[in-house]
Amino acid sequence: MADTIADTRRLFSKPQNLNDAYGPPSNFLEIDVSNPETVGVGRTRFTTYEIRLKTNLPIFKLKESRVRRRYSDFEWLRGELERDSKVVVPPLPGKALFRQLPFRGDDGIFDDSFIEERRAGLEQFLNKVAGHPLAQNERCLHMFLQDESVDKTYTPSKIRQA
Amino acid sequence: MSFFSFGQSAQIDIVLNDAETRKKAEHKTEDGKVDQYFLFYDGDTVSGKVNITLKNPAKRLEHQGIRIEFIGKIELYYDRGNNYEFVSLVKDLAQPGELTQSRTFDFEFTNVEKPYEAYTGQNVKLRYFLRVTVSRRLNDISKEMDIVVHTLSMYPELNSSIKMEVGIEDCLHIEFEYNKSKYHLKDVIVGKIYFLLVRIKIRHMEINIIKREMTGTGTNVYHENDTIAKYEIMDGAPVRGESIPIRLFLAGYEITPTMRGINKKYSVRYYLNLVLIDEEERRYFKQQEITLWRRGDVVRKSMSHQAAIASQRFESSSSDEKALAHAQAKEQ
Repeated sequence: MADTIADTRRLFSKPQNLNDAYGPPSNFLEIDVSNPETVGVGRTRFTTYEIRLKTNLPIFKLKESRVRRRYSDFEWLRGELERDSKVVVPPLPGKALFRQLPFRGDDGIFDDSFIEERRAGLEQFLNKVAGHPLAQNERCLHMFLQDESVDKTYTPSKIRQA
Repeated sequence: MSFFSFGQSAQIDIVLNDAETRKKAEHKTEDGKVDQYFLFYDGDTVSGKVNITLKNPAKRLEHQGIRIEFIGKIELYYDRGNNYEFVSLVKDLAQPGELTQSRTFDFEFTNVEKPYEAYTGQNVKLRYFLRVTVSRRLNDISKEMDIVVHTLSMYPELNSSIKMEVGIEDCLHIEFEYNKSKYHLKDVIVGKIYFLLVRIKIRHMEINIIKREMTGTGTNVYHENDTIAKYEIMDGAPVRGESIPIRLFLAGYEITPTMRGINKKYSVRYYLNLVLIDEEERRYFKQQEITLWRRGDVVRKSMSHQAAIASQRFESSSSDEKALAHAQAKEQ
């Protein structure tokens, strides 16, 4: 006696629009951290990194942007996000205080391999954070990524899409 | 248990009358072992013979009465002191006296109510068993035999599909659909996920079956969540307008029927959890409860003819509807 046979045919779905299928995806977001440059002299030297962003996400005001930031700017961004958003913020590459001590055999925090390590870590950090839907709502992230300079006296706020 | 060579003891065996024909079902014990037990349904008669074999054939066995009980009870692991017997039947096999030789007693519990399915969970156990007790002054001799009970249901009259649009505003919008809200244990979940807006980088999508066992009431409530199944349904990044099909066969998984408020002591419920994972390991999920039920495998003689036809209803193809109409015409 035949048992009941379940109907496993696929549910009906609308055929996909060809523009949607072959057009650029709506989730395009590319962030590169590159071109480290050490500015200043002596004890007041510091390294800045170029942050290049390309996107088609409507939440970003500029579809392409290029800014320079230093490590302490990243620390500021991380602190703002931890305080204001519910995001579990990923860690930054190390602060390397020991490298800032005198009498080292190498260039300390201006050592090429250290800068490269840090650059890679900062890039990883930004990609993780900028893709987070909740972080994208924070004014501080957009100011960090796209404004000419970071105004640490700003008023924290949330961004709403137009 | 008697360590001394004097004194008498006996071995008790319980043998069912239909042991040859009755089906057995697999059931897990509390320590995780899987065993076969005789399978009974609500209303089935439990009958058989009790063999009492004297260990020392020369001596007599004095006793204060021999009885057999059929018991259905719920055991809460954190509260084993309390007894929750929802079925308790007893038959006296022998009045107080003595056995001079091994004897066999017949017993029958007619059309016994077995309202709930036997269940062994993480914090609770519901079991049915026969227990023979030979009462004695110092220590009783007893033997238990567990049986398994399955509760059957008919095809539900109303079985609407589950269809919902969910998402994160401006980030991810999907419409998910499952073909039914009530599935039997050997059923197939057929569904689809339709992407309306995708502004995040999705890496893959899976569907999980979660079993939630809730035991106790008031201050003593225990929740146990168990992921019974993880099934990947999509690998890669979808875009707007794409439809991902779902076809998940339930027969391969360890599932039970949905149980709600069993004797007001516990519930076992099942949920489908749709999980999307993005490039940065972030998880987006949507949980939806489904009802699982047990379908009868064979047409049982005790069911009415109507019920028999209903239990064989085919889910597709019109030729079977013709067969149904033919069978109904024959009845008239």
